Parts: sequence; structure tokens; C-alpha cells
Amino acid sequence: MLAYRATYLTGIFNYTIQIGAYFFLWQAVYENQGRLGGMAQEEMLTYVIIAWVARSFYFNTLDRTLSDEIREGQIATELIRPYSYQWAKMARSLGEGLFRLLFFTIPGAVFIYFLHPFGGPAGWTVGVLFAISLMGSFLINSQINLLVGYLAFFTLSTSGILRAKRVVVDLLSGLLMPISFYPLWAREIIEYLPFQAITYLPNMIYLGKLEGLKAIKALALQGFWFVVLLMMSYFIWRLAVRKLTIQGG
Amino acid sequence: MGWVWERTKSIAWYTEIFFHYGSQYLKSKMTYRADFIINVFSDFFLQSMNLIFILVLFDHIPVLKGWSREEMMFIYGFFLIPFGFYSGFFNHLFDVPEKYVIQGELDRVLVRPMNSLFQVIVETMRLELVFGVFVGLAVMVYAAEKMNLTWSWWDIPLGMMLATGATFIYGGVYTLLASLGFWFEGRMGLMPLVYNISNYGRYPADIYKGVVRFILTWILPFAFTGFYPATVLMKREEYYYFGLLTPVVGLVFWAFSYFVWTQGIKRYRGTGS
Repeated sequence: MLAYRATYLTGIFNYTIQIGAYFFLWQAVYENQGRLGGMAQEEMLTYVIIAWVARSFYFNTLDRTLSDEIREGQIATELIRPYSYQWAKMARSLGEGLFRLLFFTIPGAVFIYFLHPFGGPAGWTVGVLFAISLMGSFLINSQINLLVGYLAFFTLSTSGILRAKRVVVDLLSGLLMPISFYPLWAREIIEYLPFQAITYLPNMIYLGKLEGLKAIKALALQGFWFVVLLMMSYFIWRLAVRKLTIQGG
Repeated sequence: MGWVWERTKSIAWYTEIFFHYGSQYLKSKMTYRADFIINVFSDFFLQSMNLIFILVLFDHIPVLKGWSREEMMFIYGFFLIPFGFYSGFFNHLFDVPEKYVIQGELDRVLVRPMNSLFQVIVETMRLELVFGVFVGLAVMVYAAEKMNLTWSWWDIPLGMMLATGATFIYGGVYTLLASLGFWFEGRMGLMPLVYNISNYGRYPADIYKGVVRFILTWILPFAFTGFYPATVLMKREEYYYFGLLTPVVGLVFWAFSYFVWTQGIKRYRGTGS
């Protein structure tokens, strides 16, 4: 990553620009408005910033890597290696994530802080709980990426699916706007899906809207979803490897 | 007169070649039919997401900086037209630095007696994504109906001119970015950066302040790809001055970028193997 210093710098700018788009929009939305969806303007702006900054840590391209390796047949070499393919991939992206956390997420947050000072977490406990929930975001997001990547076992066409997945995750995780903005019927559905555990729940912890027991419950929910998704991906993996055909080689 | 005749012949020739490329493209795409359909669908999905965003927002507020829900939808609908053409024809100009310059694919392009930029565009186009243009038109018509906008016949040529100008802005920006590959080797990650800036164009420009608004109007003129021209069609007279500039901005930006491209082509030395 540091070998491409220009890319690295534009990367930080990139996040700033994305945050900026929503930042200006929300500022205009809150003009002459008090609280919307249970949030005051400053809380909303902090929400947007934290959502994107956190994303720079948990984001990865496991879905693309996997579907490429499956489609191009590299998976055959991976399969003969004496390690668990999924865990190796997860560990690898965790390494990348931690690297980005140090060299990208934190400098990015500092940079954005200079542009618009945003509120920190309310106290040490909240900070620690938020840090744990970020780990949860990473685990759940990675599992979803693995699952979507596995689709390449069953279909040759993946690029469209990957894009559709990104749309779903952006919309239902609360990255674009807090889940509390959605109409009731939509919220009821979203509550039964894993996506809100990626952005909405951690952000609510950060803003102090989920405190004490509620915050612990949110973390437990993240754990629950991680286990469920892990079981699903394990099952699909077993199924897929059995029917896998590598062409040529 | 001779010049006009030559031009007409050359345009006819390029059109014919374009259709040949188009039909080859569709044939190759039809081999992976599912891929084709999923691509169109996921694009449609992305546009719907932005619409949902606007709809949900307006559940909570009556107006946004004086713009109603229907006006916001209309702006977004207009934005989808140049955006659709961009996705179809210009998005993959980001392959140029890596694939065409560093790997030397341009060697092949340059030995043919045809405009090099034209060839690169038709080789990298994703025709199915032009479908978004129709989504944009549908959204515009729906929003116009909802706000009882009265249309007259000249709105159609006017709208086409504005949309063409807006498309030229997109084409110009991406041609310029692709041309940078002739001077700077290696990835700079500018393409996603500019893509994200382009998304600023789908909201009213008056929500942006100071330097951001200046950039969107005069440096990377994405405010002219959605907001300004859309206001003309919505008969918001206070923006006519900017809105009607759209075709001019498009042409100037395109001409400048094309000039940079030709300079870049002159610098190109091939890969030497």
C-alpha cells in the first residue's frame, strides 16, 4: 500500500469527498429542522463521519478476490494447501484492516476532524464498547463478502452480483442514513437482517444512544449474526467444494 | 461544400463502424446472458437506491433548501441521462493508463486509420449500462407530472441539447483523466475520486458552499451534469444563466480534453517489444 503513495493519499481524499457529499446534504436537510429520526444535526453529522471512517477499517474486497480465484481456477492451488481457505482469507483481510486502521482510518479521522470537529465517544466505556463493535462490523462484513464470493461457485457472472450486494449493504447497514429514518415496516424487516450490525449498531453505541445493557445486547447480536453467517458460509463451502470442477489445468 | 461532404461521409463511416462494434459487443455479451441481465439489473438497483434515499428523506422534511421532493427527483432523473451515457461509453476510459499505455495496446489502435479516442471508447464501452438513460427519462416524466410542469414542443430539443452538453462534460472529464496516463505512469486512484465528486452533481448546487461549489461549477463542472440544466427544464428562471451555459461548458471541456489527448498520443512511444 505504501508503495503507491499517491493512491494512498487520494484514498484519504476519497473518503473525505464521500463524507462531504452526505455532510452537505444533511446540513441542508437539517435547515429549519430540530430532530429528525431521533437525531439532532450535530449527532447526524457525527453519524455520517463515523460511519464512513469506520468503513475504511472494515471494508475489504474479499468478495472480489474469492470470485476471481474461483473463476480463474486458482482455488485449486489454494485447496491443496494445508490450511482452511476461509480462515486464511479472513486473517489476511484482518491484517489489511489493521494496517488500514493505523495508516488510513486514524489519519483520515484526524484530517476530517480538522475540517469539521466532530464529537468523540462519550467516555472510556463507550469508546471500548465501540472498538469491540467495530471488530464485530469487520467479522460480519467479511462473512457476507465470503458468502457473496462463493456465489462464483454456482454462477459465472459475479460482477453484477457484487455491485448489487454493495447497494444492499450500503442501504440496509445504515451507512447512507440511520435505520431510524426508515418507515416502520422497513425497520421491522431490517431488524431481522444482519446488515444493521455493520454500521447502525456500532454508530448508535458511539453516539451513546445504546448504553449499558443495550450496548451489550447490540454486541451480543453482532456475535449471533457472526456465528449464523459463519455456519452458513461453512455449509456452502462444503457443498461447493464437493461439486467444484476446475477447467483444464 | 467539399469539406461538408467529406465530413458527412466520415460521420457516416464512423457511425457504421460504431454499429459493427455494437453488434459484436452484443454478440459477445449474449454468450453470458445471465451476466448481461444481472448487470443491467444491478445498475437499476443502484439508481433505485438513490431514489429511495430521496423518498425516505422527504418523509421527514417538506422541502430541502427550498427544493421539493418532486424537484429533487427531477434533478436526479436528469442526472441519470448523462450518467447513463457516461457508464456506457466513458467509464472504462480508466483502463487507458494501465491497459493501453503501459501494456502497449495503443500500438494496435494507432496503426489503424481511425480516430484513436473513438477506437478506445468503442473497445471499452459497456452498452447495456446506457439503459440507465431510460430510467432517468422515466423518473423525469414522473416527477414532471407530479409537479404539474407544462411542456412545450421546444422543451424536447432544449432538453436534448442540455443532455448532450452534460454528457460532453462527463466525456471530457474522463478523457482528460485517461490522458493523464500518458504523462504519469502507475495508478493514482484519481478515477474513484472523480467518480465520487461527480455524485455531487445530482443534488441542488446551492447546498454546497464556497470552494466546493466553485469547483463543481468551474473546475470539475459536475453541477452542469444534473442540477443546472435540470432547473432550466423545471422553469426555475433564477438559474437560466447557468443552466443554458451547459452546452457551452460541455463543448469547451470536451475540446480541451481532446486536445490533451492528442498531445498525449504524440508523447506515446509504445512498449518497445
